[in-house]
Amino acid sequence: MKRFSVTTRPIDLDLFRGQLTDPRCGAYVQFEGWIRDHNEGQAVLRLEYEVYEPLAVKEGKTILSEATERFGILRAAAIHRAGLMELGEAAVVVGVASPHRAEAFDACRYVIDQLKVRLPIWKKEHYASGKTEWVNCRRCADHG
Amino acid sequence: MQVTVRYFAAFREAAGRETETVETRASTPRALFDECRSRHAELQAWESSLVAINDEMAQWDSEIGEGDEVLFFPPVAGG
Repeated sequence: MKRFSVTTRPIDLDLFRGQLTDPRCGAYVQFEGWIRDHNEGQAVLRLEYEVYEPLAVKEGKTILSEATERFGILRAAAIHRAGLMELGEAAVVVGVASPHRAEAFDACRYVIDQLKVRLPIWKKEHYASGKTEWVNCRRCADHG
Repeated sequence: MQVTVRYFAAFREAAGRETETVETRASTPRALFDECRSRHAELQAWESSLVAINDEMAQWDSEIGEGDEVLFFPPVAGG
């Protein structure tokens, strides 16, 4: 499995975690971002992610390398969904393994925070009202 | 010079196209985007928009050259 990847299919969590096991590591921290049923007061039915994969993968690998250098962890990987998703599914998973827990927590937090602001990925929410909206681009939807 | 522009997500919907080849004298993505806005009235400059040149993340005041592909990314929302 690649360290950072994009997939249009449900994420296999056992497979993801399995790639990160390492006998040198006593700590493993995993973050999952799920599709929730509301955002800013609106009921969300489903959503879709648009991913510019060539650059998302490149930037994702860079972030994982930064985390490895900065926190001294031994293993890190992340995977992000693309396309249409239903409520409750995992949109993103980050896993970090290290000898001790402190650096694993810190590195996992760093990776998800950076992924959210640096990867060329966009989220369009489909609301119960029938409207759709690009998250963080509200004014565009007004024109839409 | 000639450059290719690619629009993503909300930018693509606002511009009504995914890509266009344009003749320009703009030397930075910022200047190029301003030209694009004059052609596509619905395009807006969001503060946290990002830009890439030839599949490398770039800055709004980076230099662009003949034949470059400039990618305009509206505010991202991964995770």
